[in-house]
Amino acid sequence: MTAELNVQDYIAVQQLYADYGLTLDRGDFDHWPNFFTDDCRYLVQPRDNHDRGLPLATIMLTSKGMLLDRVYGIKETLFHDPYYQRHVIGAPVIREREADTWRCEASYAVFRTKRDQLSTVFNVGRSLDTLQRTADGWRFASRLCVYDSEMVPNSIIYPV
Amino acid sequence: MNAPTSPSLNWEAGDTSRIPFAVYTDATLHAKEMQRFFYENHWCYVGLEAEVPNPGDFKRTKIGERSVVLVRDHDQTLHVVENVCAHRGMQFCRERHGHIKEFVCPYHQWSYTLKGDLQGVPMRRGVRQDGKVNGGMPADFALADHSLNKLRVACRGGVVFATFDHDMPSLEDYMGPTILGYFDRVFNGRQLTLLGYNRQRIPGNWKLMQENIKDPYHPGLLHTWFVTFGLWRADNKAELRMDAHGRHAAMISTRGNAGKAGEVAQVSSFKQSMTLHDASFLDIVPEPWWGGPTAVMTTLFPSLVIQQQVNSVSTRHIQPDGHDAFDFIWTHFGFADDTPEMTERRLRQSNLFGPAGFVSADDGEVIEFSQQGFEQKPRHRALVEMGGRDTAETDHMVSEACIRAMYAYWRQVMERP
Repeated sequence: MTAELNVQDYIAVQQLYADYGLTLDRGDFDHWPNFFTDDCRYLVQPRDNHDRGLPLATIMLTSKGMLLDRVYGIKETLFHDPYYQRHVIGAPVIREREADTWRCEASYAVFRTKRDQLSTVFNVGRSLDTLQRTADGWRFASRLCVYDSEMVPNSIIYPV
Repeated sequence: MNAPTSPSLNWEAGDTSRIPFAVYTDATLHAKEMQRFFYENHWCYVGLEAEVPNPGDFKRTKIGERSVVLVRDHDQTLHVVENVCAHRGMQFCRERHGHIKEFVCPYHQWSYTLKGDLQGVPMRRGVRQDGKVNGGMPADFALADHSLNKLRVACRGGVVFATFDHDMPSLEDYMGPTILGYFDRVFNGRQLTLLGYNRQRIPGNWKLMQENIKDPYHPGLLHTWFVTFGLWRADNKAELRMDAHGRHAAMISTRGNAGKAGEVAQVSSFKQSMTLHDASFLDIVPEPWWGGPTAVMTTLFPSLVIQQQVNSVSTRHIQPDGHDAFDFIWTHFGFADDTPEMTERRLRQSNLFGPAGFVSADDGEVIEFSQQGFEQKPRHRALVEMGGRDTAETDHMVSEACIRAMYAYWRQVMERP
């Protein structure tokens, strides 16, 4: 750890996490790539693969362009049962901190609610994130969601 | 009391061009299917040798609804045993994979060799107390009589199959020469490297996944991503091949370029002008072993799909759980001589597949909603007449012949006394 933690930075990062979840839960997928840097990585990976050092991820996007393509897929090509999702994101722990780059880890739970059905636990895990300070504020340079819910309840359509 | 009887099925057309919904909804039929397709006279997939590379490595998996363990013994031989202790029947193996010296059931510490032979029973000769021996197993108790249930094992090209049935033809005869050729195309003896797993629970009958991969009518229509980005077209050069029984199939296709995709599919909504922001989803590099086709999807009845879609290769394992659900386990792999770039390419292309895949997530969805339709109208039937009512191989994709052929086989096996 370098210089003393700036509380405003911590608040900004916490707001980023909170806004990220609420944006997805609103269904505002067009806005989702804006939380990332241009050369970002976004992975959703079963815990089993992560723990065993196996590289396969359920979703593996390695640029903001790929995030935009995923959004196009969600909105235009991927047939799916519509559902709401609701994120509950724990307070991020800062694991490493340099002036403009933080590595954080946070628990998350995503609940899924399909039309006419009860809410269920959909995907729970933790995210291992690299946050970058940019001219527009903090952004995810990397977000790796490692999920405990290895038996996916049929499909994952929207980002977590 | 008599065993519950299966419903008499109404094959409305006489042939298998109309499939009664009851084959998907009836629990007694399901139990009979498990016995006749999974527990006798069929080879079932258990895993890749690359998952258990070293002596003592094991992988717990399923054949049908029965838990089994694949293990590599100290002498390198592969064994598959049923995960049921010979003593009180406990499913002793709890971890999904790992490394062991022997099998031990935690309940009473019965221990077995990695071949499944019982080697130790605590207090077998009783416990000496105050000059007398208390308990112990009867004098005629023999370890040799109580091994784990050992399955017959067959390996080919790094893929491991097993069967509870010790009196059935070889794996090669089971596949038949046509399908064996497509199997060997992928598994030609090269060392495989394990890239990882995806798991999904699909609330639909297990046969629907076999049908999905025997159905070339849907990809260009359901998977609009395929069409939008030019990976699938109904006029691609294609073939449907099957084994002599019609139970296994291969859908073989080669990407073409002529015409506009929307015209071919007769669907106007496709966006011809759409291009990817990042083309690395489709950074396709042809590999010599393809031998022409860019995609071959092989179904091995009852429980395996072998996927080669451009550079993405995987096995997909069907594990039924009742008549109305199955677990679908994807094992993605590569080859030992892959460059780091090829490994990265296989991983990126895997975005198309699996529970979140651009052209696979929607398969799970439609299977779920098909099952819902069957359940609400169990005396109705599905219509499977694209390309005719016959079960012959074709040289095009506009056919549901492989589904009809699978049900012709299904009827032979299930309608036998």
